[in-house]
Amino acid sequence: MDKMQNLYRQVIMDHYKNPRNKGLVDDESYRTVHLKNPSCGDDITVQTKIENGIIVDAKHEGTGCSICCSAASVMSEIVIDKPVEEALKISENLTKMLSNQEYDKSVDLEEAIVYEGVRQFPARVKCASLAWKAFEGTTKESE
Amino acid sequence: MDPKTLKKDFPVLVHDESFVYLDSAASSLKPTQVLDKLNEYYTNYGVNVHRGVYQLSYVATEKYNEARKKAADFINADKDEVVFMRGASSALNFVALSYGYKHINAGDEIIVSELEHHSSVLPWQQLAKNIGAKLVYVPLTKEGRITVENFKKVINDKTKVVALTYVSNVMGYITPIKEIIEIAHSFNAVVSVDAAQAAPHLNIDVKALDCDFLSFSGHKMLAPTGIGVLYGKYSILKSCPPIEFGGDMIDLVTKEDATYNDPPIRFETGTPPIAGAIGLGAAIDYLNDLGLDNIHKHEQELAKYTIGKMLEIEGVTVYNPTTDTGVIAFNIDNVHPHDAVTIFDENNIAMRAGHHCAQLVTQFLNTISTLRISFYVYNTMDDSDKFIETLKEAVDFFKSMGF
Repeated sequence: MDKMQNLYRQVIMDHYKNPRNKGLVDDESYRTVHLKNPSCGDDITVQTKIENGIIVDAKHEGTGCSICCSAASVMSEIVIDKPVEEALKISENLTKMLSNQEYDKSVDLEEAIVYEGVRQFPARVKCASLAWKAFEGTTKESE
Repeated sequence: MDPKTLKKDFPVLVHDESFVYLDSAASSLKPTQVLDKLNEYYTNYGVNVHRGVYQLSYVATEKYNEARKKAADFINADKDEVVFMRGASSALNFVALSYGYKHINAGDEIIVSELEHHSSVLPWQQLAKNIGAKLVYVPLTKEGRITVENFKKVINDKTKVVALTYVSNVMGYITPIKEIIEIAHSFNAVVSVDAAQAAPHLNIDVKALDCDFLSFSGHKMLAPTGIGVLYGKYSILKSCPPIEFGGDMIDLVTKEDATYNDPPIRFETGTPPIAGAIGLGAAIDYLNDLGLDNIHKHEQELAKYTIGKMLEIEGVTVYNPTTDTGVIAFNIDNVHPHDAVTIFDENNIAMRAGHHCAQLVTQFLNTISTLRISFYVYNTMDDSDKFIETLKEAVDFFKSMGF
Protein backbone atom coordinates (compact mmCIF):
# COMPACT_ATOMS: atom_id res chain seq x y z
CA MET A 1 0.00 0.00 0.00
CA ASP A 2 2.97 2.35 0.47
CA LYS A 3 3.50 2.13 -3.26
CA MET A 4 -0.13 3.08 -3.83
CA GLN A 5 0.10 5.99 -1.41
CA ASN A 6 3.22 7.15 -3.17
CA LEU A 7 1.34 7.03 -6.48
CA TYR A 8 -1.67 9.01 -5.29
CA ARG A 9 0.22 11.86 -3.60
CA GLN A 10 -1.60 14.80 -2.02
CA VAL A 11 -0.56 17.16 -4.83
CA ILE A 12 -1.94 14.79 -7.44
CA MET A 13 -5.25 14.42 -5.63
CA ASP A 14 -5.47 18.18 -5.19
CA HIS A 15 -5.01 18.82 -8.91
CA TYR A 16 -7.44 15.99 -9.73
CA LYS A 17 -10.18 17.46 -7.58
CA ASN A 18 -9.44 21.13 -8.25
CA PRO A 19 -7.93 21.28 -11.71
CA ARG A 20 -6.24 24.56 -12.68
CA ASN A 21 -6.57 26.15 -16.13
CA LYS A 22 -9.30 23.71 -17.08
CA GLY A 23 -11.64 24.46 -19.99
CA LEU A 24 -10.82 25.21 -23.60
CA VAL A 25 -11.04 28.61 -25.28
CA ASP A 26 -12.40 29.37 -28.71
CA ASP A 27 -9.51 31.56 -29.79
CA GLU A 28 -7.42 31.07 -32.92
CA SER A 29 -4.30 32.42 -31.27
CA TYR A 30 -4.21 29.16 -29.26
CA ARG A 31 -2.82 25.94 -30.71
CA THR A 32 -4.87 22.84 -29.94
CA VAL A 33 -3.81 19.18 -29.76
CA HIS A 34 -6.17 16.32 -28.90
CA LEU A 35 -4.72 12.96 -27.80
CA LYS A 36 -6.40 9.72 -26.79
CA ASN A 37 -5.37 6.45 -25.26
CA PRO A 38 -8.01 4.25 -26.92
CA SER A 39 -7.25 1.21 -24.76
CA CYS A 40 -8.32 2.84 -21.49
CA GLY A 41 -10.29 5.84 -22.70
CA ASP A 42 -8.02 8.65 -21.46
CA ASP A 43 -8.84 11.62 -23.66
CA ILE A 44 -7.04 14.96 -23.29
CA THR A 45 -7.06 18.20 -25.26
CA VAL A 46 -4.35 20.80 -24.57
CA GLN A 47 -4.19 24.40 -25.83
CA THR A 48 -1.29 26.81 -25.56
CA LYS A 49 -0.88 30.41 -26.54
CA ILE A 50 2.69 31.31 -27.42
CA GLU A 51 3.94 34.88 -27.88
CA ASN A 52 7.56 35.64 -28.74
CA GLY A 53 8.68 32.20 -27.65
CA ILE A 54 6.94 32.45 -24.28
CA ILE A 55 3.95 30.32 -23.30
CA VAL A 56 1.53 32.96 -22.11
CA ASP A 57 -1.38 30.62 -21.46
CA ALA A 58 -2.22 26.89 -21.34
CA LYS A 59 -5.62 25.22 -21.11
CA HIS A 60 -6.76 21.62 -20.94
CA GLU A 61 -9.94 19.57 -20.99
CA GLY A 62 -10.66 15.88 -21.03
CA THR A 63 -11.69 12.71 -19.31
CA GLY A 64 -9.58 9.99 -17.78
CA CYS A 65 -8.13 8.60 -14.60
CA SER A 66 -6.82 10.75 -11.77
CA ILE A 67 -3.20 10.44 -12.89
CA CYS A 68 -4.03 11.58 -16.41
CA CYS A 69 -6.34 14.47 -15.45
CA SER A 70 -4.14 15.77 -12.64
CA ALA A 71 -1.07 15.66 -14.88
CA ALA A 72 -2.81 17.99 -17.34
CA SER A 73 -3.46 20.49 -14.56
CA VAL A 74 0.10 20.26 -13.18
CA MET A 75 1.49 20.63 -16.68
CA SER A 76 -0.53 23.79 -17.35
CA GLU A 77 0.75 25.49 -14.19
CA ILE A 78 4.34 24.57 -14.92
CA VAL A 79 4.47 25.71 -18.54
CA ILE A 80 2.67 29.05 -18.21
CA ASP A 81 5.09 31.99 -18.37
CA LYS A 82 8.00 29.79 -19.43
CA PRO A 83 9.97 30.04 -22.66
CA VAL A 84 8.94 27.18 -24.96
CA GLU A 85 12.47 25.71 -24.89
CA GLU A 86 12.53 25.53 -21.11
CA ALA A 87 9.07 23.95 -20.89
CA LEU A 88 10.01 21.36 -23.52
CA LYS A 89 13.14 20.50 -21.55
CA ILE A 90 10.99 19.80 -18.48
CA SER A 91 8.57 17.74 -20.59
CA GLU A 92 11.36 15.72 -22.17
CA ASN A 93 13.11 14.95 -18.89
CA LEU A 94 9.87 14.22 -17.09
CA THR A 95 8.91 11.68 -19.77
CA LYS A 96 12.33 10.05 -19.39
CA MET A 97 12.02 10.00 -15.60
CA LEU A 98 8.55 8.38 -15.80
CA SER A 99 9.77 5.59 -18.05
CA ASN A 100 12.84 4.95 -15.89
CA GLN A 101 15.35 6.28 -18.41
CA GLU A 102 18.43 8.37 -17.65
CA TYR A 103 17.45 12.01 -17.40
CA ASP A 104 19.10 15.34 -16.70
CA LYS A 105 18.67 15.81 -12.96
CA SER A 106 19.79 19.42 -13.15
CA VAL A 107 16.45 20.22 -14.81
CA ASP A 108 13.91 21.24 -12.16
CA LEU A 109 10.77 19.19 -12.78
CA GLU A 110 8.97 21.41 -10.24
CA GLU A 111 5.67 20.02 -8.98
CA ALA A 112 5.72 17.29 -11.64
CA ILE A 113 8.31 15.47 -9.53
CA VAL A 114 5.38 14.02 -7.54
CA TYR A 115 4.76 11.68 -10.47
CA GLU A 116 7.94 9.74 -9.68
CA GLY A 117 5.71 7.18 -7.95
CA VAL A 118 4.38 6.27 -11.41
CA ARG A 119 7.75 4.73 -12.27
CA GLN A 120 6.79 1.70 -10.22
CA PHE A 121 3.64 1.22 -12.31
CA PRO A 122 4.73 0.74 -15.94
CA ALA A 123 1.11 0.34 -17.04
CA ARG A 124 0.37 3.88 -15.82
CA VAL A 125 3.24 5.77 -17.46
CA LYS A 126 1.03 6.57 -20.44
CA CYS A 127 -1.56 8.14 -18.12
CA ALA A 128 1.00 10.50 -16.61
CA SER A 129 2.59 11.51 -19.90
CA LEU A 130 -0.45 11.96 -22.18
CA ALA A 131 -1.02 15.65 -21.33
CA TRP A 132 2.69 16.41 -21.72
CA LYS A 133 2.72 14.71 -25.14
CA ALA A 134 -0.23 16.87 -26.14
CA PHE A 135 1.57 19.95 -24.82
CA GLU A 136 4.66 19.10 -26.89
CA GLY A 137 2.38 18.81 -29.91
CA THR A 138 1.05 22.34 -29.43
CA THR A 139 4.57 23.78 -29.48
CA LYS A 140 5.55 21.88 -32.62
CA GLU A 141 2.60 23.20 -34.54
CA SER A 142 3.43 26.76 -33.62
CA GLU A 143 7.00 26.62 -34.86
CA MET B 1 -14.23 -31.08 -12.34
CA ASP B 2 -11.89 -29.72 -9.72
CA PRO B 3 -10.45 -26.29 -10.57
CA LYS B 4 -7.77 -26.60 -7.89
CA THR B 5 -6.31 -29.68 -9.61
CA LEU B 6 -6.83 -28.09 -13.03
CA LYS B 7 -4.53 -25.22 -12.09
CA LYS B 8 -1.62 -27.66 -12.37
CA ASP B 9 -2.26 -27.93 -16.10
CA PHE B 10 -1.64 -24.22 -16.64
CA PRO B 11 2.06 -23.25 -16.51
CA VAL B 12 1.28 -19.57 -15.89
CA LEU B 13 -0.56 -20.54 -12.70
CA VAL B 14 2.09 -23.04 -11.67
CA HIS B 15 4.92 -20.50 -12.02
CA ASP B 16 3.13 -18.07 -9.74
CA GLU B 17 0.67 -19.68 -7.38
CA SER B 18 -0.48 -16.34 -5.99
CA PHE B 19 -1.52 -15.10 -9.44
CA VAL B 20 -5.27 -14.71 -9.91
CA TYR B 21 -6.33 -14.54 -13.54
CA LEU B 22 -9.74 -12.96 -14.05
CA ASP B 23 -9.45 -11.87 -17.68
CA SER B 24 -10.36 -15.04 -19.57
CA ALA B 25 -13.06 -13.22 -21.54
CA ALA B 26 -10.17 -11.38 -23.21
CA SER B 27 -8.01 -14.49 -23.61
CA SER B 28 -7.77 -17.71 -21.66
CA LEU B 29 -4.60 -19.27 -20.32
CA LYS B 30 -3.30 -22.34 -22.18
CA PRO B 31 -2.86 -25.80 -20.64
CA THR B 32 0.22 -27.99 -21.09
CA GLN B 33 -1.87 -30.45 -23.11
CA VAL B 34 -2.31 -27.77 -25.79
CA LEU B 35 1.25 -26.44 -25.61
CA ASP B 36 2.60 -29.99 -26.00
CA LYS B 37 0.61 -30.46 -29.22
CA LEU B 38 2.06 -27.25 -30.66
CA ASN B 39 5.51 -28.44 -29.80
CA GLU B 40 4.78 -31.88 -31.23
CA TYR B 41 3.79 -30.39 -34.58
CA TYR B 42 6.84 -28.13 -34.84
CA THR B 43 9.18 -30.82 -33.54
CA ASN B 44 7.95 -33.90 -35.39
CA TYR B 45 6.13 -32.93 -38.57
CA GLY B 46 6.38 -29.12 -38.92
CA VAL B 47 5.85 -28.92 -42.68
CA ASN B 48 3.16 -27.55 -44.96
CA VAL B 49 -0.24 -29.11 -45.60
CA HIS B 50 -2.08 -29.99 -48.84
CA ARG B 51 1.07 -29.53 -50.95
CA GLY B 52 3.91 -31.95 -50.42
CA VAL B 53 3.71 -35.41 -51.88
CA TYR B 54 5.83 -36.88 -49.15
CA GLN B 55 5.24 -38.72 -45.90
CA LEU B 56 5.73 -35.86 -43.45
CA SER B 57 3.40 -33.51 -45.33
CA TYR B 58 0.85 -36.28 -45.38
CA VAL B 59 1.08 -36.56 -41.59
CA ALA B 60 0.74 -32.79 -41.12
CA THR B 61 -2.27 -32.72 -43.47
CA GLU B 62 -3.91 -35.61 -41.59
CA LYS B 63 -3.45 -33.82 -38.25
CA TYR B 64 -4.78 -30.58 -39.70
CA ASN B 65 -7.87 -32.35 -41.08
CA GLU B 66 -8.33 -34.17 -37.80
CA ALA B 67 -8.42 -30.78 -36.05
CA ARG B 68 -11.12 -29.62 -38.47
CA LYS B 69 -13.17 -32.71 -37.66
CA LYS B 70 -12.79 -32.01 -33.92
CA ALA B 71 -13.88 -28.39 -34.39
CA ALA B 72 -16.86 -29.56 -36.47
CA ASP B 73 -17.91 -32.16 -33.88
CA PHE B 74 -17.53 -29.55 -31.14
CA ILE B 75 -20.46 -27.58 -32.60
CA ASN B 76 -22.21 -30.52 -34.32
CA ALA B 77 -21.34 -29.34 -37.83
CA ASP B 78 -20.05 -31.26 -40.85
CA LYS B 79 -16.33 -30.90 -41.36
CA ASP B 80 -16.71 -29.10 -44.69
CA GLU B 81 -18.73 -26.42 -42.93
CA VAL B 82 -15.79 -25.39 -40.75
CA VAL B 83 -13.47 -22.74 -42.17
CA PHE B 84 -10.33 -22.01 -40.19
CA MET B 85 -9.73 -18.30 -39.77
CA ARG B 86 -7.48 -16.02 -37.72
CA GLY B 87 -10.15 -15.68 -35.05
CA ALA B 88 -13.75 -14.65 -34.52
CA SER B 89 -12.94 -11.12 -35.75
CA SER B 90 -11.83 -12.26 -39.19
CA ALA B 91 -14.70 -14.76 -39.38
CA LEU B 92 -17.27 -12.06 -38.60
CA ASN B 93 -15.64 -9.73 -41.10
CA PHE B 94 -15.73 -12.47 -43.71
CA VAL B 95 -19.49 -12.89 -43.39
CA ALA B 96 -20.03 -9.21 -44.20
CA LEU B 97 -17.33 -8.93 -46.86
CA SER B 98 -18.24 -12.11 -48.75
CA TYR B 99 -21.87 -12.99 -48.09
CA GLY B 100 -22.96 -9.45 -47.25
CA TYR B 101 -21.65 -7.64 -50.32
CA LYS B 102 -23.01 -10.35 -52.60
CA HIS B 103 -26.52 -10.51 -51.18
CA ILE B 104 -27.35 -7.12 -49.66
CA ASN B 105 -28.69 -4.21 -51.72
CA ALA B 106 -29.53 -0.57 -51.07
CA GLY B 107 -32.60 -0.28 -48.86
CA ASP B 108 -32.13 -3.70 -47.25
CA GLU B 109 -31.94 -3.89 -43.47
CA ILE B 110 -29.37 -5.50 -41.17
CA ILE B 111 -30.21 -6.12 -37.53
CA VAL B 112 -27.48 -5.75 -34.90
CA SER B 113 -27.43 -4.74 -31.21
CA GLU B 114 -25.63 -2.44 -28.80
CA LEU B 115 -24.25 -5.50 -27.05
CA GLU B 116 -22.07 -6.34 -30.03
CA HIS B 117 -18.29 -6.48 -29.93
CA HIS B 118 -16.86 -4.02 -32.46
CA SER B 119 -15.96 -6.91 -34.78
CA SER B 120 -19.60 -7.97 -34.92
CA VAL B 121 -21.11 -4.56 -35.66
CA LEU B 122 -18.47 -2.54 -37.57
CA PRO B 123 -18.26 -4.77 -40.69
CA TRP B 124 -22.03 -4.30 -41.11
CA GLN B 125 -21.94 -0.59 -40.24
CA GLN B 126 -19.32 -0.11 -42.96
CA LEU B 127 -21.23 -2.25 -45.47
CA ALA B 128 -24.47 -0.38 -44.77
CA LYS B 129 -22.74 2.96 -45.37
CA ASN B 130 -21.11 1.73 -48.57
CA ILE B 131 -24.19 0.29 -50.25
CA GLY B 132 -26.98 2.33 -48.70
CA ALA B 133 -28.42 -0.42 -46.52
CA LYS B 134 -29.92 0.33 -43.12
CA LEU B 135 -28.40 -0.75 -39.82
CA VAL B 136 -31.13 -1.46 -37.26
CA TYR B 137 -30.50 -1.95 -33.53
CA VAL B 138 -32.60 -4.31 -31.41
CA PRO B 139 -33.78 -2.16 -28.49
CA LEU B 140 -32.22 -3.52 -25.29
CA THR B 141 -34.27 -3.96 -22.14
CA LYS B 142 -33.49 -1.77 -19.11
CA GLU B 143 -31.28 -4.58 -17.88
CA GLY B 144 -29.41 -4.51 -21.18
CA ARG B 145 -30.74 -7.72 -22.66
CA ILE B 146 -31.76 -8.71 -26.17
CA THR B 147 -35.23 -10.28 -25.98
CA VAL B 148 -37.37 -12.12 -28.49
CA GLU B 149 -40.11 -9.56 -27.90
CA ASN B 150 -37.83 -6.63 -28.79
CA PHE B 151 -36.38 -8.51 -31.73
CA LYS B 152 -39.89 -8.90 -33.17
CA LYS B 153 -40.22 -5.11 -33.11
CA VAL B 154 -37.37 -4.60 -35.59
CA ILE B 155 -37.55 -7.59 -37.95
CA ASN B 156 -39.48 -7.09 -41.18
CA ASP B 157 -39.52 -8.12 -44.84
CA LYS B 158 -36.57 -5.81 -45.60
CA THR B 159 -34.30 -7.59 -43.08
CA LYS B 160 -31.66 -9.57 -44.96
CA VAL B 161 -29.13 -10.29 -42.21
CA VAL B 162 -29.32 -10.60 -38.43
CA ALA B 163 -25.88 -10.32 -36.78
CA LEU B 164 -26.06 -10.86 -33.03
CA THR B 165 -23.88 -11.95 -30.17
CA TYR B 166 -24.64 -15.26 -28.43
CA VAL B 167 -23.10 -14.12 -25.12
CA SER B 168 -22.29 -10.47 -24.39
CA ASN B 169 -18.61 -9.92 -23.58
CA VAL B 170 -19.43 -7.16 -21.07
CA MET B 171 -22.81 -8.15 -19.60
CA GLY B 172 -22.50 -11.93 -19.79
CA TYR B 173 -26.10 -12.31 -20.95
CA ILE B 174 -27.09 -15.24 -23.14
CA THR B 175 -29.15 -14.13 -26.12
CA PRO B 176 -32.29 -16.22 -26.82
CA ILE B 177 -30.66 -16.92 -30.16
CA LYS B 178 -32.57 -20.09 -31.10
CA GLU B 179 -35.96 -18.35 -31.00
CA ILE B 180 -34.50 -15.33 -32.81
CA ILE B 181 -33.12 -17.54 -35.59
CA GLU B 182 -36.49 -19.20 -36.06
CA ILE B 183 -38.22 -15.84 -36.42
CA ALA B 184 -35.48 -14.47 -38.69
CA HIS B 185 -35.84 -17.45 -41.00
CA SER B 186 -39.58 -16.92 -41.26
CA PHE B 187 -38.65 -13.54 -42.78
CA ASN B 188 -36.01 -15.21 -45.01
CA ALA B 189 -33.20 -13.41 -43.20
CA VAL B 190 -29.81 -15.04 -42.67
CA VAL B 191 -28.38 -15.14 -39.12
CA SER B 192 -24.71 -14.69 -38.22
CA VAL B 193 -23.95 -15.54 -34.58
CA ASP B 194 -20.93 -14.16 -32.74
CA ALA B 195 -20.10 -17.09 -30.46
CA ALA B 196 -16.69 -15.84 -29.26
CA GLN B 197 -17.95 -15.66 -25.66
CA ALA B 198 -20.22 -18.70 -26.00
CA ALA B 199 -18.00 -21.43 -27.44
CA PRO B 200 -15.63 -21.55 -24.42
CA HIS B 201 -18.52 -21.95 -21.96
CA LEU B 202 -21.65 -23.45 -23.55
CA ASN B 203 -22.58 -26.54 -25.52
CA ILE B 204 -23.25 -25.36 -29.05
CA ASP B 205 -25.23 -27.35 -31.59
CA VAL B 206 -25.43 -25.48 -34.88
CA LYS B 207 -27.95 -27.95 -36.30
CA ALA B 208 -30.31 -27.45 -33.35
CA LEU B 209 -29.80 -23.67 -33.47
CA ASP B 210 -30.20 -23.72 -37.26
CA CYS B 211 -27.90 -20.66 -37.51
CA ASP B 212 -26.48 -19.77 -40.92
CA PHE B 213 -23.08 -18.56 -39.70
CA LEU B 214 -21.37 -18.90 -36.34
CA SER B 215 -17.94 -17.58 -35.41
CA PHE B 216 -15.56 -18.18 -32.52
CA SER B 217 -11.92 -17.81 -31.51
CA GLY B 218 -9.54 -20.46 -30.26
CA HIS B 219 -7.57 -18.32 -27.81
CA LYS B 220 -10.58 -17.71 -25.55
CA MET B 221 -11.07 -21.48 -25.14
CA LEU B 222 -7.58 -22.69 -24.15
CA ALA B 223 -6.24 -22.83 -27.72
CA PRO B 224 -3.42 -20.72 -29.24
CA THR B 225 -3.90 -17.23 -30.65
CA GLY B 226 -4.31 -16.85 -34.42
CA ILE B 227 -6.85 -19.63 -34.95
CA GLY B 228 -10.62 -19.35 -35.07
CA VAL B 229 -13.60 -20.97 -36.69
CA LEU B 230 -16.20 -19.74 -39.12
CA TYR B 231 -19.09 -22.16 -39.36
CA GLY B 232 -21.41 -21.72 -42.34
CA LYS B 233 -24.22 -23.93 -43.65
CA TYR B 234 -22.65 -25.67 -46.62
CA SER B 235 -25.16 -24.41 -49.20
CA ILE B 236 -24.61 -20.85 -48.01
CA LEU B 237 -20.82 -21.17 -47.90
CA LYS B 238 -21.00 -22.49 -51.44
CA SER B 239 -22.69 -19.25 -52.53
CA CYS B 240 -19.96 -17.12 -50.90
CA PRO B 241 -17.26 -15.63 -53.12
CA PRO B 242 -13.66 -15.73 -51.86
CA ILE B 243 -12.29 -12.46 -50.48
CA GLU B 244 -8.66 -13.56 -50.48
CA PHE B 245 -6.97 -15.12 -53.48
CA GLY B 246 -3.86 -17.24 -53.87
CA GLY B 247 -2.64 -20.78 -53.49
CA ASP B 248 -4.77 -23.74 -52.41
CA MET B 249 -8.10 -21.97 -52.87
CA ILE B 250 -8.06 -22.32 -56.68
CA ASP B 251 -9.28 -25.00 -59.07
CA LEU B 252 -8.07 -23.99 -62.53
CA VAL B 253 -6.06 -20.85 -63.33
CA THR B 254 -5.68 -19.29 -66.78
CA LYS B 255 -4.30 -15.90 -67.85
CA GLU B 256 -7.78 -14.42 -67.99
CA ASP B 257 -9.74 -16.20 -65.30
CA ALA B 258 -9.74 -18.74 -62.50
CA THR B 259 -12.15 -21.17 -60.91
CA TYR B 260 -12.13 -21.84 -57.22
CA ASN B 261 -12.01 -24.78 -54.90
CA ASP B 262 -15.04 -25.76 -52.82
CA PRO B 263 -15.51 -24.58 -49.23
CA PRO B 264 -13.82 -24.65 -46.79
CA ILE B 265 -10.53 -24.59 -48.76
CA ARG B 266 -11.92 -21.81 -50.99
CA PHE B 267 -11.57 -19.45 -48.01
CA GLU B 268 -8.24 -20.69 -46.67
CA THR B 269 -5.62 -19.40 -49.07
CA GLY B 270 -1.99 -19.34 -48.00
CA THR B 271 -0.35 -21.63 -45.50
CA PRO B 272 -2.92 -21.95 -42.72
CA PRO B 273 -2.16 -21.74 -38.99
CA ILE B 274 -1.46 -25.49 -38.87
CA ALA B 275 -0.07 -25.61 -35.34
CA GLY B 276 -2.90 -23.36 -34.20
CA ALA B 277 -5.52 -25.69 -35.66
CA ILE B 278 -3.88 -28.74 -34.05
CA GLY B 279 -3.73 -26.80 -30.77
CA LEU B 280 -7.41 -25.97 -31.09
CA GLY B 281 -8.12 -29.68 -31.52
CA ALA B 282 -6.24 -30.39 -28.28
CA ALA B 283 -8.13 -27.60 -26.48
CA ILE B 284 -11.43 -29.08 -27.63
CA ASP B 285 -10.38 -32.50 -26.27
CA TYR B 286 -9.54 -30.83 -22.95
CA LEU B 287 -12.89 -29.00 -22.78
CA ASN B 288 -14.85 -32.11 -23.78
CA ASP B 289 -13.14 -34.07 -20.99
CA LEU B 290 -14.34 -31.47 -18.49
CA GLY B 291 -17.77 -31.19 -20.09
CA LEU B 292 -19.13 -27.83 -21.24
CA ASP B 293 -22.16 -28.16 -18.97
CA ASN B 294 -19.88 -28.57 -15.95
CA ILE B 295 -17.81 -25.58 -17.04
CA HIS B 296 -20.88 -23.38 -17.44
CA LYS B 297 -22.23 -24.47 -14.06
CA HIS B 298 -18.89 -23.83 -12.35
CA GLU B 299 -18.67 -20.30 -13.79
CA GLN B 300 -22.25 -19.50 -12.85
CA GLU B 301 -21.61 -20.62 -9.27
CA LEU B 302 -18.48 -18.48 -9.02
CA ALA B 303 -20.26 -15.46 -10.50
CA LYS B 304 -23.25 -15.83 -8.19
CA TYR B 305 -21.04 -16.19 -5.12
CA THR B 306 -18.90 -13.20 -6.14
CA ILE B 307 -21.78 -10.89 -7.06
CA GLY B 308 -23.45 -11.66 -3.72
CA LYS B 309 -20.36 -10.41 -1.91
CA MET B 310 -19.89 -7.43 -4.25
CA LEU B 311 -23.42 -6.20 -3.62
CA GLU B 312 -22.67 -6.10 0.12
CA ILE B 313 -19.87 -3.58 -0.42
CA GLU B 314 -20.94 0.04 -0.29
CA GLY B 315 -19.52 2.12 -3.14
CA VAL B 316 -19.47 -0.63 -5.76
CA THR B 317 -21.83 -0.67 -8.75
CA VAL B 318 -22.41 -4.02 -10.48
CA TYR B 319 -23.86 -3.46 -13.95
CA ASN B 320 -25.04 -7.02 -14.56
CA PRO B 321 -26.04 -8.66 -11.27
CA THR B 322 -28.15 -11.13 -13.27
CA THR B 323 -25.31 -12.27 -15.55
CA ASP B 324 -25.89 -15.70 -17.11
CA THR B 325 -22.20 -16.59 -17.33
CA GLY B 326 -18.91 -15.85 -15.55
CA VAL B 327 -18.63 -12.23 -16.70
CA ILE B 328 -19.12 -9.39 -14.19
CA ALA B 329 -18.98 -5.70 -15.18
CA PHE B 330 -18.66 -3.16 -12.38
CA ASN B 331 -17.12 0.08 -11.15
CA ILE B 332 -15.99 1.55 -7.86
CA ASP B 333 -18.10 4.69 -7.48
CA ASN B 334 -16.24 7.91 -8.37
CA VAL B 335 -13.07 6.00 -9.24
CA HIS B 336 -11.92 5.75 -12.84
CA PRO B 337 -11.43 2.06 -13.79
CA HIS B 338 -7.82 2.72 -14.67
CA ASP B 339 -7.14 4.01 -11.17
CA ALA B 340 -8.96 1.05 -9.65
CA VAL B 341 -7.27 -1.63 -11.72
CA THR B 342 -3.83 -0.62 -10.43
CA ILE B 343 -4.68 -1.85 -6.92
CA PHE B 344 -5.76 -5.22 -8.31
CA ASP B 345 -2.58 -5.42 -10.36
CA GLU B 346 -0.59 -4.68 -7.19
CA ASN B 347 -2.30 -7.65 -5.56
CA ASN B 348 -1.42 -9.89 -8.51
CA ILE B 349 -4.99 -10.01 -9.82
CA ALA B 350 -5.33 -9.58 -13.59
CA MET B 351 -8.56 -8.10 -14.87
CA ARG B 352 -9.82 -5.75 -17.55
CA ALA B 353 -10.43 -2.01 -17.39
CA GLY B 354 -11.77 -0.14 -20.38
CA HIS B 355 -14.54 -0.39 -22.91
CA HIS B 356 -13.78 -4.04 -23.82
CA CYS B 357 -13.98 -3.38 -27.60
CA ALA B 358 -17.69 -2.75 -27.12
CA GLN B 359 -18.11 1.01 -26.86
CA LEU B 360 -21.82 0.78 -27.60
CA VAL B 361 -22.30 -1.18 -24.37
CA THR B 362 -20.42 1.36 -22.25
CA GLN B 363 -22.51 4.09 -23.89
CA PHE B 364 -25.65 2.12 -23.03
CA LEU B 365 -24.44 1.89 -19.42
CA ASN B 366 -23.85 5.64 -19.50
CA THR B 367 -20.27 5.36 -18.33
CA ILE B 368 -16.85 6.01 -19.87
CA SER B 369 -15.51 2.56 -19.15
CA THR B 370 -15.88 -0.29 -16.69
CA LEU B 371 -13.95 -2.90 -14.80
CA ARG B 372 -14.60 -6.47 -15.82
CA ILE B 373 -13.77 -9.82 -14.29
CA SER B 374 -14.44 -13.11 -16.00
CA PHE B 375 -14.17 -16.64 -14.64
CA TYR B 376 -13.06 -19.80 -16.39
CA VAL B 377 -12.24 -23.43 -15.67
CA TYR B 378 -9.17 -22.73 -13.52
CA ASN B 379 -10.78 -20.16 -11.21
CA THR B 380 -11.65 -21.13 -7.65
CA MET B 381 -13.60 -19.78 -4.69
CA ASP B 382 -10.21 -18.73 -3.29
CA ASP B 383 -9.68 -16.56 -6.38
CA SER B 384 -13.07 -14.99 -5.78
CA ASP B 385 -12.29 -14.38 -2.08
CA LYS B 386 -8.98 -12.75 -2.92
CA PHE B 387 -10.73 -10.55 -5.46
CA ILE B 388 -13.39 -9.49 -2.93
CA GLU B 389 -10.73 -8.74 -0.31
CA THR B 390 -8.85 -6.52 -2.77
CA LEU B 391 -12.07 -4.86 -3.89
CA LYS B 392 -12.80 -3.88 -0.27
CA GLU B 393 -9.23 -2.65 0.11
CA ALA B 394 -9.58 -0.59 -3.08
CA VAL B 395 -12.86 0.99 -1.98
CA ASP B 396 -11.32 1.98 1.37
CA PHE B 397 -8.10 3.22 -0.18
CA PHE B 398 -9.74 5.49 -2.73
CA LYS B 399 -12.16 6.79 -0.10
CA SER B 400 -9.20 7.65 2.14
CA MET B 401 -7.52 9.43 -0.78
CA GLY B 402 -10.58 11.60 -1.23
CA PHE B 403 -12.01 10.20 -4.45
